[in-house]
Amino acid sequence: MVTFEGMEQHRTSSGSSQSPRSPSSSQPFLSVSVTDPVKLGNGVQAYISYRVITKTNCPEYQGPEKIVIRRYSDFVWLRDRLFEKYKGIFIPPLPEKSAVEKFRFSAEFIEMRRQALDVFVNRIAAHHELQQSEDLRTFLQAEEETMERLRSHETGIFKKPSDLMQIFKDVQSKVSDVVLGKEKPVEESDPEYEKLKHYIFELENHLAEAQKHAYRLVKRHRELGQSLSDFGKAVKLLGASEGNALGKAFSELGIKSEILSVKLQKEAQQLLMSFEEPLKDYVRAVQSIKATIAERANAFRRQCELAETMKLKEINLDKLMLIRSDKVAEAEREYHELKAESEQATKTFGTIVKLMNEEIGRFQEQKTLDMGIAFHEFAKGQARLANGIADAWRSLLPKLEACSSS
Amino acid sequence: MMDSENHTSEEHLHPLSSSKEELENLHLHENNEYDPLITKSYSNYRSVMSTLSDSHNHPLSPPSLVSPADSDPLLSPPLNYREFPNPNSTDTSSYIDPPSYADAIFSNFDGETSSNGTDTPTRSSSDGIYFSRSASSNSEYLKITVSNPIKEQENSNSIVPGSSSYVTYLVTTRTNISEFGGSEFGVRRRFKDIVTLSDRLSEAYRGFFIPPRPDKSIVESQVMQKQEFVEQRRVALEKYLRRLADHPVIRKSDEFRVFLQVQGKLPLPTTTDVASRVLDGAAKLPKQLMGDSLIAPSEVVQPAKGGRDLMRLFKELKQSMANDWGSSKPPVVEEDKEFLAKKERISELELQINGASQQAESLVKAQQDMGETMGELGLAFIKLTKFENEEAVLDSQRARAADMKGVATAAVKASRLFRELNSQTVKHLQDTLHEYLGLMLAVHSAFTDRSSALLTVQTLLSELSSLQSRAEKLEAASSKIFGGDKSRIRKLEELQETIRATEDAKNVAIREYERIKENNRSELERLDRERQTDFLNMLKGFVVNQVGYAEKIANVWTKVVEDTRGYAKEST
Repeated sequence: MVTFEGMEQHRTSSGSSQSPRSPSSSQPFLSVSVTDPVKLGNGVQAYISYRVITKTNCPEYQGPEKIVIRRYSDFVWLRDRLFEKYKGIFIPPLPEKSAVEKFRFSAEFIEMRRQALDVFVNRIAAHHELQQSEDLRTFLQAEEETMERLRSHETGIFKKPSDLMQIFKDVQSKVSDVVLGKEKPVEESDPEYEKLKHYIFELENHLAEAQKHAYRLVKRHRELGQSLSDFGKAVKLLGASEGNALGKAFSELGIKSEILSVKLQKEAQQLLMSFEEPLKDYVRAVQSIKATIAERANAFRRQCELAETMKLKEINLDKLMLIRSDKVAEAEREYHELKAESEQATKTFGTIVKLMNEEIGRFQEQKTLDMGIAFHEFAKGQARLANGIADAWRSLLPKLEACSSS
Repeated sequence: MMDSENHTSEEHLHPLSSSKEELENLHLHENNEYDPLITKSYSNYRSVMSTLSDSHNHPLSPPSLVSPADSDPLLSPPLNYREFPNPNSTDTSSYIDPPSYADAIFSNFDGETSSNGTDTPTRSSSDGIYFSRSASSNSEYLKITVSNPIKEQENSNSIVPGSSSYVTYLVTTRTNISEFGGSEFGVRRRFKDIVTLSDRLSEAYRGFFIPPRPDKSIVESQVMQKQEFVEQRRVALEKYLRRLADHPVIRKSDEFRVFLQVQGKLPLPTTTDVASRVLDGAAKLPKQLMGDSLIAPSEVVQPAKGGRDLMRLFKELKQSMANDWGSSKPPVVEEDKEFLAKKERISELELQINGASQQAESLVKAQQDMGETMGELGLAFIKLTKFENEEAVLDSQRARAADMKGVATAAVKASRLFRELNSQTVKHLQDTLHEYLGLMLAVHSAFTDRSSALLTVQTLLSELSSLQSRAEKLEAASSKIFGGDKSRIRKLEELQETIRATEDAKNVAIREYERIKENNRSELERLDRERQTDFLNMLKGFVVNQVGYAEKIANVWTKVVEDTRGYAKEST
């Protein structure tokens, strides 16, 4: 059910472990599987639905086991909600919305996506903060109609009014910055954080390149497989027209070629699943971190703006108090409101900073584990393939010997 | 364990990780067998392999030689750290011993094997294992090298001012064949000389499978002088001369010997075409045109070439049309059913060889691409490793960087191995198939010799019969006139003269035809025999290489599997 094995053994700093196979222990556990992809609907509106099975002993959940049907956009909803609510935490990445139409329903693509979605949910369930999310519970348990309502509410054109307000405010503040001559957006000046940001951005480039080559390598395996198959056929024909012992040798060669062609195709698929996909996942994770970095920047800016505005309001209030204006009460109320907001913003920003520091450590550890497994599988696959090739060809040698001595 | 292995890998990776530029140079050098950096890294690799091979039973096991029991011992240079080579061991676990393979690949061999060597796995410099066919008699030895191209000027007795230049090559021969009367000698030859040699051979050895010569190139004189072109041509010439040297009959021919041995200008007539011939035999031409030809028998031996023998050409054309469209069967036909069946088979074979050759080409390309992409992947990971190491803040990053480095190095190594495997594949598979495709051309031309000789015979036979019927008529007519007609008698005598000459020519033509038939037959036998050996060697070479390199690649990756074993899932 979970492909990134390291996750099963992963322990968070808060000590809550997750072992899906542990029997009814007193330790709280939450394990999820995403299974059974099924194509539903017709034509352009066709989509894949998945069975999501939850097994848990947590009291917040409705029971020890629950099965629901979900589709890709439900996962997107969950991700977006978590991103909103848990700023500072690196939300696990989702596989991409599919690209080409005809590829969308190929067996390989469906399986890769299912795997990636399974990993996604399990990572959330394994994260000591995220696992407590109410949205997660909704996702895992709500009836399909409820889910549909929530989903269409969030995605699409209908955005919540508060979202619109926020967007408006952001635009407003940007405009006022420019108007007021504040060219440079306000940024943190923490050198360590700068280093981290630089690291993340650079890392994405490097990873993307590695992933690109990994994908090409998969293709090369397929191409080599194809050409071995064609070669095998041609050699068999040659053997047929030769006849006698030599002809047989050629035929054997052709047969081996075809066998190896099959091995190569299989290995190509393995390579895709256990090496290229983890690399892609790594890239996505880094992109998710970038989103968090953007959030942190927003939070920092907001904190600064509110602090600025509060200062101005304070000055204004003092002025009003001095001239004993009857607007003092209102101004005072506004000032206190603003102060509360400012404190909130500062707190939010502080939380993000703290969370990010923890998250980075977790992230690095997790990735070392994930990549370690990926490398292991990659090397295993290549060794297996090479040995298979050696064995297949080696078995021909005694036959060739027999030919030459006859 | 991790530590010591990392340490070892540190050691032998030093050349690889010393600098980014060096790394990229490593990657970019295509034919870097003699690059000292690579050799050094590979000798380090080998020593690492030998220290790590305790758990593997392949690398140091004695090699099992793919050679017939009666052949010579294989690897001549002693292997430095192997104490117990056992050539007769039947251990088939590793056909190629990686260290000796590395020796074969990376060291420069002094004694090049001749292509007329014995049927054992032998080695040429920068080659892996290479099997060669035995010559007709093992003791005969004829080794040709083409080298040292020099630009020379045409003599200034040309009418056109500004002399043209051409390239000559040094053709060196080493031999122990007595007819040559010498053991080592060299001459300078230009491409035109090769053309001459080739033409002379195809005239003198009709019916034989004569290897086709390299193509004339219709390129600008500027291109002709470019080093690449000259080098390509040098290689082609060497291949051609070596193939001639392989041919049991041609290697002993006068033309070949003269070409290889006689200093100065090549003393073979450059052409028998009409241009020069007409000047020589100008007297004859009108008579031939008149039709009362006195064909010198020896001239009958050569096929009618355009311009040279117009009358004969017309007659043979008429005859071949009569053969094709005529109602009556020609007097002599290709009756040899066996031959016809063989011809069919050869056609079929050619088709299949062509097919296999094409697929071999795309196989080579696929292997090439695989090697390239693997190398690029390795480089990308090396960059990532460096990056992580530079920016590392946490231990987990350093651990990951170390893992990555292992994978990266393995990928780069595997990439190089793929590339080497590929060049071997080309040598074994592609080159042999290409050579046989070329040989097919020679076969076609030999069959053409036969059919044109047959046509000559047929033509002469019908000529003879028509002459004879004319003579009969003339006799009958003149016998009616009492006392005889002086002019008619004279004509009859002339006619009988012609008949006798034609009779002679016919006999010569028949003898020639029979000779060519016999050549065809013996050559077909030789082709079948040699093809068996050559193809078998080709297969062996191909397979042995695949096994050897696959084993090496497997070893490379197995190390990484071991290094990353800690991450493996515990269940299943």
